[in-house]
Amino acid sequence: MSDTLTVKASRFVSVLPHCTVLGMTVLHGDENGVQMSLPYSEQIIGNPASGVVAGGSLTTLMDTACGTAVFVALPGNELCPTLDLRVDYMRAARPGSDLIAQATVVRVTTSVVFTRCDVYQEINGERKEVARCTANFMRIGKQIGGAA
Amino acid sequence: MTTEDYLALLQQARADGDYSAVIRAIPYANTIGVQLFEMGSQPTFLLPKNKDNIGNPMLPAIHGGVIGGFMEMSASLHLLLMNETAALPKIIDFSLDYLRAGRHTDTYASCQVWRQGNRVANVAINAWQTDIDQPIATARAHFLMV
Repeated sequence: MSDTLTVKASRFVSVLPHCTVLGMTVLHGDENGVQMSLPYSEQIIGNPASGVVAGGSLTTLMDTACGTAVFVALPGNELCPTLDLRVDYMRAARPGSDLIAQATVVRVTTSVVFTRCDVYQEINGERKEVARCTANFMRIGKQIGGAA
Repeated sequence: MTTEDYLALLQQARADGDYSAVIRAIPYANTIGVQLFEMGSQPTFLLPKNKDNIGNPMLPAIHGGVIGGFMEMSASLHLLLMNETAALPKIIDFSLDYLRAGRHTDTYASCQVWRQGNRVANVAINAWQTDIDQPIATARAHFLMV
Protein backbone atom coordinates (compact mmCIF):
# COMPACT_ATOMS: atom_id res chain seq x y z
CA MET A 1 0.00 0.00 0.00
CA SER A 2 2.64 2.53 1.01
CA ASP A 3 4.74 1.74 -2.11
CA THR A 4 1.72 2.73 -4.21
CA LEU A 5 1.47 5.99 -2.25
CA THR A 6 5.21 6.70 -2.67
CA VAL A 7 4.62 6.36 -6.43
CA LYS A 8 1.53 8.61 -6.21
CA ALA A 9 3.60 11.24 -4.36
CA SER A 10 6.53 10.98 -6.80
CA ARG A 11 4.28 11.36 -9.84
CA PHE A 12 2.60 14.43 -8.28
CA VAL A 13 5.94 16.17 -7.57
CA SER A 14 7.50 15.20 -10.93
CA VAL A 15 5.02 17.39 -12.87
CA LEU A 16 5.67 20.54 -10.78
CA PRO A 17 8.19 22.53 -12.87
CA HIS A 18 9.76 24.52 -10.02
CA CYS A 19 10.33 21.35 -7.95
CA THR A 20 12.14 19.81 -10.91
CA VAL A 21 14.31 22.93 -11.22
CA LEU A 22 15.36 22.61 -7.56
CA GLY A 23 15.82 18.81 -7.86
CA MET A 24 13.31 17.85 -5.15
CA THR A 25 12.48 14.17 -4.86
CA VAL A 26 10.07 12.04 -2.84
CA LEU A 27 11.81 9.53 -0.56
CA HIS A 28 8.68 7.97 0.89
CA GLY A 29 4.92 8.44 1.02
CA ASP A 30 2.14 6.80 3.01
CA GLU A 31 -1.34 7.71 4.33
CA ASN A 32 0.19 9.70 7.22
CA GLY A 33 2.65 11.86 5.30
CA VAL A 34 5.61 12.10 2.95
CA GLN A 35 9.38 12.44 3.19
CA MET A 36 11.14 14.55 0.56
CA SER A 37 14.65 15.76 -0.14
CA LEU A 38 16.02 19.05 -1.45
CA PRO A 39 19.65 18.64 -2.56
CA TYR A 40 22.07 21.39 -1.56
CA SER A 41 23.02 23.39 -4.65
CA GLU A 42 24.38 26.79 -5.65
CA GLN A 43 20.96 27.91 -6.92
CA ILE A 44 19.29 27.88 -3.46
CA ILE A 45 21.97 29.90 -1.65
CA GLY A 46 20.56 32.99 0.08
CA ASN A 47 23.75 34.33 1.64
CA PRO A 48 26.59 34.47 -0.89
CA ALA A 49 29.20 34.99 1.87
CA SER A 50 28.25 32.01 4.06
CA GLY A 51 26.64 29.69 1.48
CA VAL A 52 23.59 29.29 3.76
CA VAL A 53 20.42 28.46 1.80
CA ALA A 54 17.63 31.02 1.40
CA GLY A 55 14.64 30.65 3.71
CA GLY A 56 12.51 30.72 0.58
CA SER A 57 13.94 27.45 -0.71
CA LEU A 58 12.88 25.81 2.58
CA THR A 59 9.44 27.43 2.29
CA THR A 60 9.13 25.82 -1.14
CA LEU A 61 10.31 22.45 0.19
CA MET A 62 7.82 22.56 3.09
CA ASP A 63 4.89 23.82 0.99
CA THR A 64 5.58 21.04 -1.52
CA ALA A 65 6.00 18.34 1.14
CA CYS A 66 2.80 19.34 2.99
CA GLY A 67 0.83 19.72 -0.26
CA THR A 68 2.02 16.32 -1.47
CA ALA A 69 1.15 14.76 1.90
CA VAL A 70 -2.39 16.13 1.48
CA PHE A 71 -2.63 14.81 -2.09
CA VAL A 72 -1.48 11.36 -0.97
CA ALA A 73 -3.75 11.24 2.11
CA LEU A 74 -6.93 12.01 0.15
CA PRO A 75 -8.58 9.47 -2.14
CA GLY A 76 -8.53 10.04 -5.91
CA ASN A 77 -6.60 13.01 -7.28
CA GLU A 78 -7.99 15.88 -5.20
CA LEU A 79 -6.03 19.15 -5.47
CA CYS A 80 -6.01 21.44 -2.42
CA PRO A 81 -4.47 24.92 -2.55
CA THR A 82 -2.45 26.19 0.43
CA LEU A 83 -4.49 28.47 2.69
CA ASP A 84 -1.60 29.52 4.90
CA LEU A 85 1.84 28.55 6.04
CA ARG A 86 3.73 29.46 9.22
CA VAL A 87 7.45 28.72 9.32
CA ASP A 88 10.12 28.78 12.08
CA TYR A 89 13.76 28.84 10.97
CA MET A 90 15.51 27.32 13.97
CA ARG A 91 19.08 27.20 12.75
CA ALA A 92 20.97 28.07 9.58
CA ALA A 93 21.17 25.01 7.34
CA ARG A 94 24.72 23.63 7.06
CA PRO A 95 26.10 24.51 3.58
CA GLY A 96 26.81 21.41 1.49
CA SER A 97 24.29 19.13 3.20
CA ASP A 98 20.98 18.03 1.67
CA LEU A 99 17.71 18.98 3.36
CA ILE A 100 15.11 16.40 4.31
CA ALA A 101 11.45 17.31 4.92
CA GLN A 102 9.06 15.09 6.85
CA ALA A 103 5.47 16.28 6.35
CA THR A 104 2.57 14.89 8.38
CA VAL A 105 -1.16 15.14 7.82
CA VAL A 106 -2.56 16.02 11.24
CA ARG A 107 -6.31 16.08 10.47
CA VAL A 108 -8.60 15.94 7.46
CA THR A 109 -12.00 17.66 7.65
CA THR A 110 -14.61 18.24 4.93
CA SER A 111 -13.21 21.73 4.18
CA VAL A 112 -9.66 21.91 5.51
CA VAL A 113 -6.60 19.64 5.83
CA PHE A 114 -4.18 20.46 8.67
CA THR A 115 -0.50 19.54 8.23
CA ARG A 116 2.90 20.09 9.78
CA CYS A 117 6.42 19.60 8.54
CA ASP A 118 9.96 19.29 9.95
CA VAL A 119 13.10 20.00 7.92
CA TYR A 120 16.40 18.55 9.09
CA GLN A 121 19.90 17.65 7.98
CA GLU A 122 21.93 14.55 8.84
CA ILE A 123 25.25 15.90 10.15
CA ASN A 124 27.76 13.19 11.20
CA GLY A 125 24.93 10.75 11.79
CA GLU A 126 23.07 13.27 13.95
CA ARG A 127 19.70 14.75 13.01
CA LYS A 128 19.85 18.57 13.15
CA GLU A 129 16.48 20.31 12.94
CA VAL A 130 16.64 23.34 10.61
CA ALA A 131 13.04 24.49 10.19
CA ARG A 132 9.45 23.51 10.89
CA CYS A 133 6.08 24.68 9.70
CA THR A 134 2.35 24.25 10.01
CA ALA A 135 0.35 24.59 6.81
CA ASN A 136 -3.38 24.36 6.16
CA PHE A 137 -4.99 23.44 2.86
CA MET A 138 -8.49 24.13 1.48
CA ARG A 139 -10.56 21.30 0.02
CA ILE A 140 -12.13 23.00 -3.00
CA GLY A 141 -13.27 19.70 -4.53
CA LYS A 142 -11.13 19.98 -7.64
CA GLN A 143 -9.67 16.83 -9.19
CA ILE A 144 -6.65 16.70 -11.50
CA GLY A 145 -8.05 16.40 -15.01
CA GLY A 146 -10.78 18.97 -14.44
CA ALA A 147 -13.67 16.81 -13.14
CA ALA A 148 -15.06 18.10 -9.83
CA MET B 1 32.45 35.81 -2.17
CA THR B 2 33.49 36.86 1.35
CA THR B 3 31.37 38.95 3.75
CA GLU B 4 33.78 41.84 3.10
CA ASP B 5 33.20 41.53 -0.68
CA TYR B 6 29.44 41.61 -0.18
CA LEU B 7 29.62 44.62 2.14
CA ALA B 8 31.81 46.42 -0.43
CA LEU B 9 29.20 45.68 -3.10
CA LEU B 10 26.53 47.08 -0.78
CA GLN B 11 28.55 50.21 -0.03
CA GLN B 12 29.05 50.83 -3.76
CA ALA B 13 25.31 50.28 -4.38
CA ARG B 14 24.40 52.81 -1.67
CA ALA B 15 26.79 55.36 -3.21
CA ASP B 16 25.44 54.80 -6.75
CA GLY B 17 21.79 54.28 -5.83
CA ASP B 18 21.89 51.14 -8.01
CA TYR B 19 21.16 47.96 -6.08
CA SER B 20 21.02 45.50 -8.98
CA ALA B 21 24.48 44.03 -8.23
CA VAL B 22 23.52 43.47 -4.56
CA ILE B 23 20.50 41.41 -5.66
CA ARG B 24 22.35 39.61 -8.49
CA ALA B 25 25.00 38.42 -6.00
CA ILE B 26 22.36 36.33 -4.19
CA PRO B 27 22.05 33.00 -6.06
CA TYR B 28 18.48 32.21 -4.90
CA ALA B 29 17.28 35.69 -5.95
CA ASN B 30 18.63 34.91 -9.44
CA THR B 31 17.10 31.43 -9.47
CA ILE B 32 13.57 32.78 -9.09
CA GLY B 33 14.40 36.12 -10.82
CA VAL B 34 13.92 38.81 -8.11
CA GLN B 35 14.50 42.41 -9.29
CA LEU B 36 14.18 45.86 -7.77
CA PHE B 37 11.26 47.38 -9.73
CA GLU B 38 11.51 50.92 -8.37
CA MET B 39 13.11 52.55 -5.38
CA GLY B 40 10.92 55.61 -4.68
CA SER B 41 10.49 56.37 -0.98
CA GLN B 42 10.01 52.63 -0.41
CA PRO B 43 11.30 49.86 -2.69
CA THR B 44 8.96 47.75 -4.83
CA PHE B 45 10.24 44.36 -5.95
CA LEU B 46 9.39 42.48 -9.14
CA LEU B 47 9.28 38.76 -9.85
CA PRO B 48 8.96 38.57 -13.66
CA LYS B 49 6.85 35.85 -15.29
CA ASN B 50 9.07 32.75 -15.38
CA LYS B 51 8.03 29.24 -16.47
CA ASP B 52 10.59 27.73 -14.06
CA ASN B 53 8.59 29.18 -11.13
CA ILE B 54 5.39 27.31 -11.98
CA GLY B 55 4.02 24.99 -9.30
CA ASN B 56 0.65 24.18 -10.85
CA PRO B 57 1.10 23.45 -14.57
CA MET B 58 -2.67 23.14 -15.16
CA LEU B 59 -3.83 26.65 -14.18
CA PRO B 60 -0.92 27.56 -14.66
CA ALA B 61 0.08 29.13 -11.34
CA ILE B 62 3.31 30.12 -9.60
CA HIS B 63 4.50 27.66 -6.93
CA GLY B 64 3.24 28.88 -3.54
CA GLY B 65 6.73 28.35 -2.14
CA VAL B 66 8.19 30.67 -4.78
CA ILE B 67 5.66 33.37 -3.84
CA GLY B 68 6.77 32.89 -0.22
CA GLY B 69 10.45 32.90 -1.19
CA PHE B 70 9.95 36.09 -3.21
CA MET B 71 8.20 37.81 -0.28
CA GLU B 72 10.87 36.72 2.23
CA MET B 73 13.64 37.89 -0.11
CA SER B 74 11.80 41.21 -0.64
CA ALA B 75 11.55 41.77 3.14
CA SER B 76 15.23 40.98 3.63
CA LEU B 77 16.27 43.29 0.75
CA HIS B 78 13.90 46.01 2.01
CA LEU B 79 15.77 46.08 5.35
CA LEU B 80 19.08 46.15 3.49
CA LEU B 81 18.09 48.88 1.01
CA MET B 82 16.46 51.07 3.66
CA ASN B 83 19.70 50.93 5.69
CA GLU B 84 17.97 49.17 8.56
CA THR B 85 20.69 46.52 8.60
CA ALA B 86 24.40 46.40 7.72
CA ALA B 87 24.26 43.01 6.01
CA LEU B 88 21.59 40.48 5.00
CA PRO B 89 19.42 39.93 8.10
CA LYS B 90 18.62 36.41 9.35
CA ILE B 91 15.01 35.33 9.14
CA ILE B 92 13.53 33.98 12.41
CA ASP B 93 10.00 33.12 11.33
CA PHE B 94 7.51 33.77 8.58
CA SER B 95 3.73 33.62 8.38
CA LEU B 96 2.09 33.63 4.96
CA ASP B 97 -1.58 33.80 3.96
CA TYR B 98 -2.50 32.98 0.37
CA LEU B 99 -5.42 35.10 -0.86
CA ARG B 100 -5.63 34.27 -4.59
CA ALA B 101 -3.89 31.95 -7.03
CA GLY B 102 -0.61 33.48 -8.24
CA ARG B 103 -1.13 33.44 -12.01
CA HIS B 104 1.72 32.86 -14.45
CA THR B 105 2.45 36.57 -14.85
CA ASP B 106 4.58 39.36 -13.29
CA THR B 107 4.32 39.62 -9.49
CA TYR B 108 5.18 42.60 -7.28
CA ALA B 109 5.92 42.94 -3.57
CA SER B 110 6.33 45.81 -1.14
CA CYS B 111 7.06 45.86 2.57
CA GLN B 112 6.26 47.81 5.69
CA VAL B 113 8.54 47.74 8.73
CA TRP B 114 6.13 47.86 11.69
CA ARG B 115 8.75 47.68 14.41
CA GLN B 116 12.49 47.92 14.37
CA GLY B 117 13.98 46.99 17.73
CA ASN B 118 17.62 46.58 18.65
CA ARG B 119 17.66 42.91 17.70
CA VAL B 120 14.43 42.08 15.90
CA ALA B 121 12.51 43.68 13.04
CA ASN B 122 8.84 42.97 12.28
CA VAL B 123 8.07 43.35 8.57
CA ALA B 124 4.75 43.02 6.72
CA ILE B 125 4.84 42.06 3.04
CA ASN B 126 2.13 42.26 0.37
CA ALA B 127 2.31 40.64 -3.05
CA TRP B 128 0.09 41.49 -6.03
CA GLN B 129 -0.06 41.03 -9.79
CA THR B 130 -2.33 43.20 -11.95
CA ASP B 131 -4.00 45.21 -9.16
CA ILE B 132 -2.26 46.41 -5.99
CA ASP B 133 -5.66 46.42 -4.24
CA GLN B 134 -6.17 42.72 -5.03
CA PRO B 135 -3.16 41.13 -3.28
CA ILE B 136 -2.41 37.46 -4.02
CA ALA B 137 -0.69 36.95 -0.66
CA THR B 138 0.07 38.78 2.57
CA ALA B 139 2.78 37.86 5.05
CA ARG B 140 4.80 38.98 8.03
CA ALA B 141 8.32 38.07 8.98
CA HIS B 142 10.63 38.55 11.96
CA PHE B 143 14.31 39.13 11.27
CA LEU B 144 17.31 39.01 13.56
CA MET B 145 19.33 42.13 12.76
CA VAL B 146 23.04 41.70 12.17
